[in-house]
Amino acid sequence: MPLITCKDVAFAYDGNIVVHGLNFTVNQGDYLCIVGENGSGKTTLMQGLLGLMRPKSGEIELGEDLRHNQIGYMPQQNSSQKDFPASVYEVVLSGRLSSRGALPFYSKRDKEIALSNMEKLGILPMRNKSFRELSGGQQQRVLLSRALCATEKMLLLDEPVNGLDPVATLDLYRAINDLSRDTKITIIMISHDVRTAVEYASHILHLQNSRVYFGTSDLYKETAAGRRFLGGDIDGTNS
Amino acid sequence: MELILEMFSHTFIVRAMIVGLLVSLCAALLGVSLVLKRYAMIGTGLSHVGFAAMAIAGVIDMAELTLALPVVVAAAFLLLRVSDSSKIKGDSAVALISTGSLAIGVIVVSLTTGLTLHICNVMFGSIFAMTQATVQLSVVLSIVVIVLFVLFYKQLFAVTYDETFARATGTKTWIYKTLLALLTAVTVVLGMQMMGALLIASLTLFPALTAMRLCKRFLSVVIMAAVIGVSCFFVGMVFSFQFDLPPGASVVGVNLVIFSVFSAIGFFKNGGLA
Repeated sequence: MPLITCKDVAFAYDGNIVVHGLNFTVNQGDYLCIVGENGSGKTTLMQGLLGLMRPKSGEIELGEDLRHNQIGYMPQQNSSQKDFPASVYEVVLSGRLSSRGALPFYSKRDKEIALSNMEKLGILPMRNKSFRELSGGQQQRVLLSRALCATEKMLLLDEPVNGLDPVATLDLYRAINDLSRDTKITIIMISHDVRTAVEYASHILHLQNSRVYFGTSDLYKETAAGRRFLGGDIDGTNS
Repeated sequence: MELILEMFSHTFIVRAMIVGLLVSLCAALLGVSLVLKRYAMIGTGLSHVGFAAMAIAGVIDMAELTLALPVVVAAAFLLLRVSDSSKIKGDSAVALISTGSLAIGVIVVSLTTGLTLHICNVMFGSIFAMTQATVQLSVVLSIVVIVLFVLFYKQLFAVTYDETFARATGTKTWIYKTLLALLTAVTVVLGMQMMGALLIASLTLFPALTAMRLCKRFLSVVIMAAVIGVSCFFVGMVFSFQFDLPPGASVVGVNLVIFSVFSAIGFFKNGGLA
């Protein structure tokens, strides 16, 4: 069942086309990585998928029972969050906001969902700690739990491992992979790291202001673009 | 103790105390979001707009609040607009509007009555500013501000902490940013009469910043800020009465001392220089 269908979508800033000719579908349970160089339109596309930006032309169709406010999102951290006084629990619980609507306070169910999502990502023991006292990897797990609180269907992750050390990076990739495997949640992730992307993701969308490649990760390794991006030595063709 | 009893035998002090405590509470609550959202300058900007409005109200002999409330609320909308979107960056836009309106206020006053006691009171605040009618209006409005803050607490947290996330998951963040600016505008106008246009912004800044020296959770920062704001106001008023100081300056002075104490404790708690 397709959750997202993009038909000939183009995005523009101030009349300048940033990315165009996007045709792809994302099905339930897919793990899609969007790769491409800086300025290739990855973040713009994600804004479009979140409904924060309208396409200049073409259409983004959401699957029948998916609405924009049912997509969980993990943005890149901004500098003011680094010293924001908030507990892990407060941050994760705020992911329930859109489901709660205009009603004041959070319900008991909201709190249970927040606790169970913290447990899924192994941050339950640090729920009363301050967000700013955590390590980079732990902070990302907190933001991932918050994103999970906003959705049961689809997660959009914007370069989640940005700025993490290699150990924390691997750790977070594994956590995301486990989520994808165990919960069948659909994942769309922007990544710089193509090697890891082809290893974990089921599908790859390679952008260079238009679509260079869309399809399964396995086939991507065989394409010219894939080989070039992967460094050309993936199966010894370059050596 | 006798001093406090003597203070409360004066009706004008009781009035000032009631309004001041409520306004301090509002200012401290809103201040946490303002400081963390980097909107601290909006309070300052709005108070300068309030100065212009009150100066003009004095000249054309209009009730101060009747003119200042709508003008400052309108300015709050404008400030949010420009600080979010335009080509002039947020802090410059605020500085532009606040100094601009200060200039307009001074021009109007100079052309008409000149710098009278009225203007001095608008700038530095006066304990005698409260009439029966303004007290009633101030009490009602402060309670409205506090109730709205509590009802929309979780939205204000979400918008303060991460606006992008809130917007992406379907929250209409502009509603809550506008609410924050609106409540700030009301609080600034109410507090100005006693604290003065030049000092009112400190009621939003000091308690929040002081609380952040020691508290690590959002809710505890909010509660601590409220307690600090209210108690500093009370102590400041007692000093003001005892030593015949302007109430605004006296309250800010107490806030400054508490801020220094909290900073020192926070510094040593985090291991000092090590």
